Amino acid sequence: MADKPHVEPVIRVRGMTKDFQMGEDIVVRALRGIDLDIYPGELTTIMGPSGSGKSTLMNMIGCLDSPTSGEYYLDGVLVSDLEDDELAEVRNKKIGFVFQKYNLLPRISAIENVALPLRYSDDTSNMRQRAEEALIAVGLEDRMLHKPNELSGGQQQRVAVARALVNKPAIILADEPTGNLDSKSGQEVMDLLLKLNHEMKTTIVIVTHDADVAAQTRRVIRLFDGLIVSED
Amino acid sequence: MNFFQAVKEAFSSLAANKMRSFLTVLGIVIGVGAVIAVLSISRGAEASIIGQIESIGTNVIYVMRGNRAEDVKNPRHLTLADVEELNNRLRAPHVRWASPMMSEFATFSLGSESHDAGVVGSVPVYQHTMDVRLSEGEFFTEDDVDSRRAVVVLGPDLAKRLTGRSSEVVGMSVRINNYPFRVIGVSEAKGGNQFNNPDMQAYIPITTMQMRISRQSVSDSVSIIMVQAQDAESVDEAISETRAVLRARHRLTAKQADDFTITNQEDILSIANSVTNILTIFMAGIAGISLLVGGIGIMNIMLVSVTERTREIGLRKALGARKSDIKLQFLTESALLSVLGGILGIVVGWVLGLVVSRIASSYGTPLVAVVGIDAILLATLFSLAVGLFFGIYPAIRAANLEPVEALRYE
Ligand SMILES: Nc1ncnc2c1ncn2[C@@H]1O[C@H](COP(=O)(O)OP(=O)(O)O)[C@@H](O)[C@H]1O
Ligand SMILES: [Mg+2]
Repeated sequence: MADKPHVEPVIRVRGMTKDFQMGEDIVVRALRGIDLDIYPGELTTIMGPSGSGKSTLMNMIGCLDSPTSGEYYLDGVLVSDLEDDELAEVRNKKIGFVFQKYNLLPRISAIENVALPLRYSDDTSNMRQRAEEALIAVGLEDRMLHKPNELSGGQQQRVAVARALVNKPAIILADEPTGNLDSKSGQEVMDLLLKLNHEMKTTIVIVTHDADVAAQTRRVIRLFDGLIVSED
Repeated sequence: MNFFQAVKEAFSSLAANKMRSFLTVLGIVIGVGAVIAVLSISRGAEASIIGQIESIGTNVIYVMRGNRAEDVKNPRHLTLADVEELNNRLRAPHVRWASPMMSEFATFSLGSESHDAGVVGSVPVYQHTMDVRLSEGEFFTEDDVDSRRAVVVLGPDLAKRLTGRSSEVVGMSVRINNYPFRVIGVSEAKGGNQFNNPDMQAYIPITTMQMRISRQSVSDSVSIIMVQAQDAESVDEAISETRAVLRARHRLTAKQADDFTITNQEDILSIANSVTNILTIFMAGIAGISLLVGGIGIMNIMLVSVTERTREIGLRKALGARKSDIKLQFLTESALLSVLGGILGIVVGWVLGLVVSRIASSYGTPLVAVVGIDAILLATLFSLAVGLFFGIYPAIRAANLEPVEALRYE
């Protein structure tokens, strides 16, 4: 357990719930009161059966959606106080996303995909160079000008990882990053995330079904029916 | 995201769907093309009308029998005596000269050749007023007019058709309505159109015209009196003097309306202008409708595009795009689409104008289609406005998508 009382957590979640209204009187309670602290430099996996609320929790942490109740502090800032544009800035600066389906834009090259977050940031200097560095970090310096459909699934996901880290975010959120990959390329992506955590001290949260993936991280949180049921 | 990047991205996104982009802007192309074509043609027409008027001189006014504005019973004929009175400096000091003119169709024949053509009856000063230059021979003189001589100056085309030659026509005899005339001159080729071709007409003394060609009940009558003022400043005075002289000669009481009509070049110009204006308004209406339809087409395709790219929008938002970034992206796309359509329309309209002026020229109406920089600017701005106006709703739709919902979209 990462117990560092002298360091503030990057992520501090208290009593978070999320309800989805499905018509007149059907309410899906996706999260039912989550308390969670994640400290800088931690590598955490979230496990749990399908429908247990993993993605919903990741969306909350990633500031893509707002909770029904509860508090969420990111880097000491109460997220629920923020306006739309401030949320966009937080997503841009502090969070890097890796999705199960890569979500690369098909029309543009790998390097342009990686540079995309830079275009929405205040600092648009040296975009190409910074994107290049990120691609080198994921070992794809020889694929920079390829379009996504010219790359394998594993390579595409590594481009997505490069895109997530190009802005040097406080945390990287990866929702089932190996879910669409065969075990070999899945392991390559995992190795990459482990390396980033180890070498650059990036805080990383990974959602996974895969016990092998979870076994490689120090902290594993188990979710069931919208509640954290165990931690080890 | 800066504007330059937005334009670059919009370009590549439109280029990814070339055929669809092209079909979408067809309405704009047609609308703008129509406006440009009509503007260029009507400007060309205006220029050629102004040119014709300037070659006559803007201080010339025309007097015709009858009153087109009011109902006048039994208007008197305009006569040579009226013309004589107008040439009296004491009665009309601001009139430099007045000359009568009649024109009619007559049958010209020589041997077995026979042609119907216009014949103008006038006085010697007409040669200078209408700038009739001769390639051979002389124009008729005061003496010819006074003596009612049967002499004729032929237009070059008419001379060629009758005699089969283009020179040494003077001295030959042609028949006009079967009465023999001696050819005393041939005019230089001027060019014209099928409605007004000075090369295919002839000039004879007005007195001869009255006696031999015209079948007027009043033998002394003329159809038009052309009056030239002393200079451009005295046109108004010349008009009121002409009116006073003619009213006195026609013995009109103060209560009676004029039984003649005075038209100056400005009136003719404004008639021509109102014709081109009506044409312009009509085409502007058509253009407006096709721009509207084109705009709706753009809105439609942009809405489709927003739906197709829902995931992309969600992703961009997850990566830090603000609402304004997404709005800018889609607005840039619709504006670019529409402006490209506008530019294509300008080219199409220009080509259309050139084709029309070629056709007109080949039929003898000199016309140069003119596409002004103002028309180009107007068309571009208009299509930009259409793109922005019809793009705003899809862009707002895109900007307001919730990031999670957009990312979940399949
Ligand atoms: N946008 C939504 N609208 C309605 N129900 C939702 C929505 N998102 C998630 N849910 C529901 O919330 C529950 C948790 O979903 P999710 O967080 O996606 O689970 P997991 O990622 O662990 O499989 C599920 O029952 C799911 O159907
Ligand atoms: Mg999920």
